[in-house]
Amino acid sequence: MWFDRLLQGVIDTFLMVGVSSLIALLAGIPLAVILVTSSKGGIYEAPALNRALGAFVNLFRSIPFLILMVALIPFTRLIVGTTYGVWAAVVPLTIAATPFFARIAEVSLREVDHGLIEAAQAMGCRRWHIVWHVLLPEALPGIVGGFTITLVTMINSSAMAGAIGAGGLGDIAYRYGYQRFDSQVMLTVIVLLVILVAAIQLGGDRLARILNKR
Amino acid sequence: MSVASLQRKLPEQLPHSAQQAELHPQLNRAHVRFIGLGKTYQGAQGPVPALQGIDLAIQHGEVFGIIGRSGAGKSSLIRTINRLEQPSSGRVLIDQVDIGEFDEDRLVELRRRIGMIFQHFNLMSAKTVWQNVELPLKVAGVPKEQRQNKVRELLELVGLQDKHKAYPAQLSGGQKQRVGIARALVHDPAILLCDEATSALDPETTQSILGLLKEINQRLGLTIVLITHEMAVIRDICDRVVVLEHGRIVEQGPVWKVFGNPQHEVSKTLLAPLQHGLPHELQERLRAQPASAQAAVVLRVQFTGANGDEPDLAALFSALGGRVRLLQGGVERIQGHALGQLLLAVSGSSLGAEELRQRAGDWAQQVEVLGYVV
Repeated sequence: MWFDRLLQGVIDTFLMVGVSSLIALLAGIPLAVILVTSSKGGIYEAPALNRALGAFVNLFRSIPFLILMVALIPFTRLIVGTTYGVWAAVVPLTIAATPFFARIAEVSLREVDHGLIEAAQAMGCRRWHIVWHVLLPEALPGIVGGFTITLVTMINSSAMAGAIGAGGLGDIAYRYGYQRFDSQVMLTVIVLLVILVAAIQLGGDRLARILNKR
Repeated sequence: MSVASLQRKLPEQLPHSAQQAELHPQLNRAHVRFIGLGKTYQGAQGPVPALQGIDLAIQHGEVFGIIGRSGAGKSSLIRTINRLEQPSSGRVLIDQVDIGEFDEDRLVELRRRIGMIFQHFNLMSAKTVWQNVELPLKVAGVPKEQRQNKVRELLELVGLQDKHKAYPAQLSGGQKQRVGIARALVHDPAILLCDEATSALDPETTQSILGLLKEINQRLGLTIVLITHEMAVIRDICDRVVVLEHGRIVEQGPVWKVFGNPQHEVSKTLLAPLQHGLPHELQERLRAQPASAQAAVVLRVQFTGANGDEPDLAALFSALGGRVRLLQGGVERIQGHALGQLLLAVSGSSLGAEELRQRAGDWAQQVEVLGYVV
């Protein structure tokens, strides 16, 4: 009985973290590329756009997740039609994860040696070639590392979402573990979370190492 | 727009320069030409001039050296040729076409005709040797089969065919630069720009890279423009050289001329490491006046290579008379000109110092009395 509940919790956590991180990955990389290339000295220099986008990202980055989640309730209802359950949690999780991941990816992209961009220009690369053939491949190990951090952070946030009715492992730990003083449930959830985070970190580190040819 | 049609348009675009070109056919045929080129950076304390009034013509097929101390503007100058650097004033003409107003399309097309290699190689770390060399062709949309043939051919040229699967991190500095050279040549460029290409390499590797560059210059007939702060690089492969200081040209000419008889202080300073100075021990024994009648006169005899012949020592010594000791000396051959310097101590000659100087002057271009030793 409580094993089924636990299994459901794991699946819900996977769903929330997986879907929101996937969207963050797809939206965060273009966002990071725009942030880097539009900055001063970038290949698509556009200071006004860069400042506006930077401010927008910072705005969402500075709101604590718990507050963001509550503040976004009307928006969430608009998008998924409910404010309860896994899919309702995906909306604030995605909105928190995207700027978070974009900033980390931005750092990796910014660290690409300017000499490589110069070499690419000198060999007759167009600007989008530079993004595709130089910036992204060279920053890939760093981006993978950043995505690992994002995943772990999203597990953390999803537990918080669970506490206000989103389901998942956090929900189980809160309702059964904390409110019913069931330390066995609490412990099991903690062990599961530790295993989950360790597996993600290990896998991410390994992938980044394989990709890093430097 | 094709290059040919641009060339036809040139006279109306540049009436002034066309007139000039008629007067100087040499300039008309120049491969790369700078006209009144200037570059100013906006620094924290106002504008900083990096290049000022550069007028220069580089001919087809020559190895042209640009030398100067760091911060002299070499990097900025070479980068205006493929517009990695945008000049603030003046013009750059390549095959008589002004590249100043090129849009991205024409700039890309231009850059495919100009290869460039770098001090720190600038290879893509995430790509193999093969992928690095292939990249310029890939972005140009060259079909796969053609790409493979070209990459194979160039890796063979630089002697790295067995390393094609390696990543740059697994290569030595010299091998990395060979990959850089292969990558730069993959579009069969007419010009190769070398930005301190050997400055990060040890002397032995430098020699092998310079040898390769020379071979490429002769085999493929491409024009090489290189910047360096090492005079030895200029000596070993360049035909002509300009010396830059504070963004201006302070000296230019054939390498043997600049080496044999440098005019500007900066050229002399840059040349100093290659020249045999007066040994320290001798310097200490040197006196301005003869201490006794037996004191020997120390002469510095310089051959600037102007007449092309090696110095005739027997003739020189018999002209001086007395006992001539060779204190130090060396002769180098640059572009077929013998140039060098001998430090001689002449004792027991019936001639005075001034007379010795004049007599030696018949055999060498520059003679100087340094002083007397006992």
